[in-house]
Amino acid sequence: MLRVRGLAVRYGSAVAVEGVDLEVHPGEVVTLIGPNGAGKTSTLLALTGLARASGELCYLGRPLDGLEPEERVARGIVLVHERRLLFGEMPVEDNLLLGAFSRYKRGERGLGEDLERVYRLFPRLAERRRQPAATLSGGEQQMLAIGRALMSRPKLLLLDEPSLGLAPLVVQEIFGILRRLKAAGTTLLLVEQNAKAALSLADRGYLLEAGRVVLSGDAAELARDPQVVEHYLGLHPEERP
Amino acid sequence: MDPTIFGFLLSDGLISGALYALVALSLVLVFAVTRVILIPMGEWVMYAPLTQAGFLEGRLPATVGLSALLLLVWAVLDRRRGRAPWLLAGWAVGVGLLGMAGVRWPSLAGPIAFLVVLPLGPASFRLFFEPLPQGSVLLYLILAVGLHFVYKGLGLAFFGPDQFRLPALWPGELGVLGLPVPGQGVLLVAAALLAMAGLFLFFTTLYGKALRAAAVNRLGARISGISVREAGRVAFLLATAVGAAAGLLAAPLTNASYDMGFLLGLKGFVAAILGGLVSYPLAVVGGGLVGLLEAFSSFYASAYKEAIVFTLLLPVLAWRSLSALTLEEEE
Amino acid sequence: MRRAGLLGLVLLAALPWLVPPFYQTLLVFTAIAALVAAGLYLLTGLAGLTSFGQAAFMGVAGYTSALLALRYGVDPWLGLLAGLAVTGLFALVLGLLTVRLKGHYLPLATIAWQVALFIVMGSWVGLTGGRTGLADLPPVRVLGRALTDPRSYFYLAWGLALLYAGLLHRLVHSRHGRMIRALRGDAVAAASFGARPPDLKLWTFVLAALGAGAAGWLYVHFIRFVNPSPFSLEASIFYLIMAVVGGVQSLPGVFLGAALLTGLEQWLKDLLPLVFGKTGNYEIIAYGLILVGILLLAPKGLWPWIEARLPRARPPRPEGPGLSPRAASLADPLLEVRGLTKSFGGLLAVNRLSFEVRRGEILGLIGPNGAGKSTTFNLLAGVLRPDAGSVRFAGREIAGRYPFETVRLGLVRTFQHPHLFPEMTVLENAMLGTFPRTRAPLLASLFWLDRAEERRAAAEAYRALEAVGLAELAFEKAGRLALGQQRQLELARALAADPLLLLLDEPAAGLRAGEKRALAELIQGLRERGITVLLVDHDMELVMHLVDRVVVMHYGEKLAEGSPAEVQRNPAVVEAYLGGVA
Repeated sequence: MLRVRGLAVRYGSAVAVEGVDLEVHPGEVVTLIGPNGAGKTSTLLALTGLARASGELCYLGRPLDGLEPEERVARGIVLVHERRLLFGEMPVEDNLLLGAFSRYKRGERGLGEDLERVYRLFPRLAERRRQPAATLSGGEQQMLAIGRALMSRPKLLLLDEPSLGLAPLVVQEIFGILRRLKAAGTTLLLVEQNAKAALSLADRGYLLEAGRVVLSGDAAELARDPQVVEHYLGLHPEERP
Repeated sequence: MDPTIFGFLLSDGLISGALYALVALSLVLVFAVTRVILIPMGEWVMYAPLTQAGFLEGRLPATVGLSALLLLVWAVLDRRRGRAPWLLAGWAVGVGLLGMAGVRWPSLAGPIAFLVVLPLGPASFRLFFEPLPQGSVLLYLILAVGLHFVYKGLGLAFFGPDQFRLPALWPGELGVLGLPVPGQGVLLVAAALLAMAGLFLFFTTLYGKALRAAAVNRLGARISGISVREAGRVAFLLATAVGAAAGLLAAPLTNASYDMGFLLGLKGFVAAILGGLVSYPLAVVGGGLVGLLEAFSSFYASAYKEAIVFTLLLPVLAWRSLSALTLEEEE
Repeated sequence: MRRAGLLGLVLLAALPWLVPPFYQTLLVFTAIAALVAAGLYLLTGLAGLTSFGQAAFMGVAGYTSALLALRYGVDPWLGLLAGLAVTGLFALVLGLLTVRLKGHYLPLATIAWQVALFIVMGSWVGLTGGRTGLADLPPVRVLGRALTDPRSYFYLAWGLALLYAGLLHRLVHSRHGRMIRALRGDAVAAASFGARPPDLKLWTFVLAALGAGAAGWLYVHFIRFVNPSPFSLEASIFYLIMAVVGGVQSLPGVFLGAALLTGLEQWLKDLLPLVFGKTGNYEIIAYGLILVGILLLAPKGLWPWIEARLPRARPPRPEGPGLSPRAASLADPLLEVRGLTKSFGGLLAVNRLSFEVRRGEILGLIGPNGAGKSTTFNLLAGVLRPDAGSVRFAGREIAGRYPFETVRLGLVRTFQHPHLFPEMTVLENAMLGTFPRTRAPLLASLFWLDRAEERRAAAEAYRALEAVGLAELAFEKAGRLALGQQRQLELARALAADPLLLLLDEPAAGLRAGEKRALAELIQGLRERGITVLLVDHDMELVMHLVDRVVVMHYGEKLAEGSPAEVQRNPAVVEAYLGGVA
């Protein structure tokens, strides 16, 4: 459903991504791993139109060039940003409803059903529906960010570091949710510093370094690759079981 | 002070307060969505009745050309955006036709003047603010000052330095508790309350919330499918509508001239700040407060009227600032 | 660089001999405008306080000197001193009222007193002569010579303007100047390194007003007449525009803006009537359009646009002795927390929490999200005040003390999201840490009496950068650092403050494995230097391998305490926090 050829992202004279090719098929979970500054986030931003990019971006058989981020949301490419970017002073429920804004603008109604679905997925959000988003804990904010993205009924959900800054138990909870989304057939493109968890969830993965794809393939194989093991799967390799 | 004078000052203060309140509402609306402190709003408020006066004198006011021109520039800037340039060009032509209709049917001069002035807001946003999406409040403010100069100069070039008196929509007077209150003033107060209620309700709809969201978190809005540019244009459009209506309703009471806009905008701005630049009902309260302060201080010391208004403002500001909610913690 | 500056000065000095009198006059007005705009550079560009009231200060000084001269025959030079004194007093009173105002209340307050003062100048006819003003002011005399022609006045005006700019330049590159620059970005961070934000703001406010006062004095004794019109709100806005168009964040920028707009205004007044055949209508339109055009092309002003195209010299590496170290504390435990309690609107965030940090250890504070770690951290750092409980640090009670007080005692923090100042260099950011260890008062900095201390502070900060491995980047803008480097810089800044106890707020968040390893080594190294560390982080691998002891929080209370191994086996901890397969 998504085919990227020769993607390049530059900020001024700095090159963030150079010649990246990648593909995502419907219903698949694909992960991008790699060190900070490897270009993972820039790749996601290029897909959403928030970063200026060159190269061929083909989504559902049509090029994405020249589409504004909000137009891409309307076409089903939705990002959960690493900074979550919630509307802090607005209540949880408004945050969720605003996630469905592109559908509301198309004249779709019955957003209440989607709201109930998100609340079933994240019961904690239902308890706090009237509370301003800024008062939620870090984990709840991440849930809200994912919930808001789901409200737009994404065809391709992009997740940038969903476990960033969360306690281990909450990370497990978030990955549990991602697993349920996967089981429900949602297509996910996941950028994650927690490579262990990401590779255990994903079908396929790409390893990015210095703006290029250095390794790609089946997620389980990547998790066994010595290069990946050495650099991305843990702080103290000698103590890993 | 005897009760009659008191009553007179009270009604006078409330009526001018209603005008300030309307300007304040439009400023709050623009600021809440775009972080622009829209100084040229004062000029647009004056453009509406001045355009109307032009129609009544049987000539085509230059504002018609200005509106159409800005829309055409906008169309050229958006030439690659699908049908948008054609719609905009059509709008420009529509403004031109409206102008001719205004000359032909002077009885419709008011509403037509309103429609002629309306595109100035969103077009100015598109031309001058959209190219700098990351600007600071200070940068936008200076840009707004620049636009204020441009529109004020154009106002003088278009309409000359004279004051225009315009016919009242409701020429009669209304007796309230034995005091004669001009009907036009009642209309103005009603318009202020109506605009307040309307904006308040608008921001409870999902569309209104999306506008607010665009201001609360730009990037967050964009990834939720909310166009920040569109939000800004809509805010400018609504604000211009409120401002132009205020100008048309107030001109029969206050007259209209090209250079009255700045002080009007300033007092509207004061009222808006008293409301914290976020709340519509409080902006209206602020407008009323400024109007009353002005009316009563002009009775006691008319030379120092404005000095008193602005000095009394300091303690109010200090109080508002202290009671304003702040989050000192990170995040 | 120095040669270019000297050449510029010579050129400037020669200028009045090269141009006709009309342009000499314009150059005088440029210097006057530059004085006001330079004040705005400090106030708006650096401290982030937008003022619409600078012209009112011009008026205060101008009228003071004019009235003294006309009524009591006082010499203009004494008038200058009196004018500056009165202006300073006005600024102090208005500043006390206004600089504490938040957000948009502050600029509005400046509008309010600007308008009020302007009306008083125009309406108090008995004192000021009202709108007709006061005429026949005496000229300024230098060595018995009256400066009545624009050419000699040029040297007076530019002398004052450059003197003021020089003082500001000194101030900006002093310990207080760095704090003023830091304030705008982030008052919390500035306060955590020992600044008192309201005091600093008040000082910048008064200094900016004094520049405007000098300008007002120059103005009235140049045209030798005073009336209210040059001191209006419009004039204040005009100065603000100059500063922003030229580039409000640099001194050359505000001078450029002053010269450009003073010239532009005259030029449009002369030129446009020739083109359009009538006066008064079109210059304001053209002026507005040019202003808007400049800002659309160069939103940060013209100077940054030019500066980016100029070559840049690399300053020398700071050397020499650093600052004298803090006396070590023998208190053990170094930090003692007893019964610490804090609630937000009925929600207990921290509930009767007690623990201690022993001298020389690394203590980890962990717990699920919302357990109260951040609140605890902020209570210790002085950002929040506790409802109850005591915090003893190095034998002193510090609960409820402000950060600028505790940092002096050696309690230094870092921020989870690096609070750096992107427009300042890496070295300047690190030097912020030395603020609580240096003493030079603000006035000393103005007159260059702080050089020795500054050199030592720079050397100290540079050494801290070397310790974290950032010395190579010392003269880069901090805005160019990657996240991992930003955290290193946060640490360097904390080290420059010579901490007894270092509070680290999630230093590993967002770092990759390799960077985390480097960070862990760095923190180990700190302990070897005798620094005690309290670490809040989620990264179990980092925490468990690094710390000596752990305190686990849950629902605002202490759930467990002990060595990493003990805590990891504690069933309550596994249940609440670590989960099955951490």
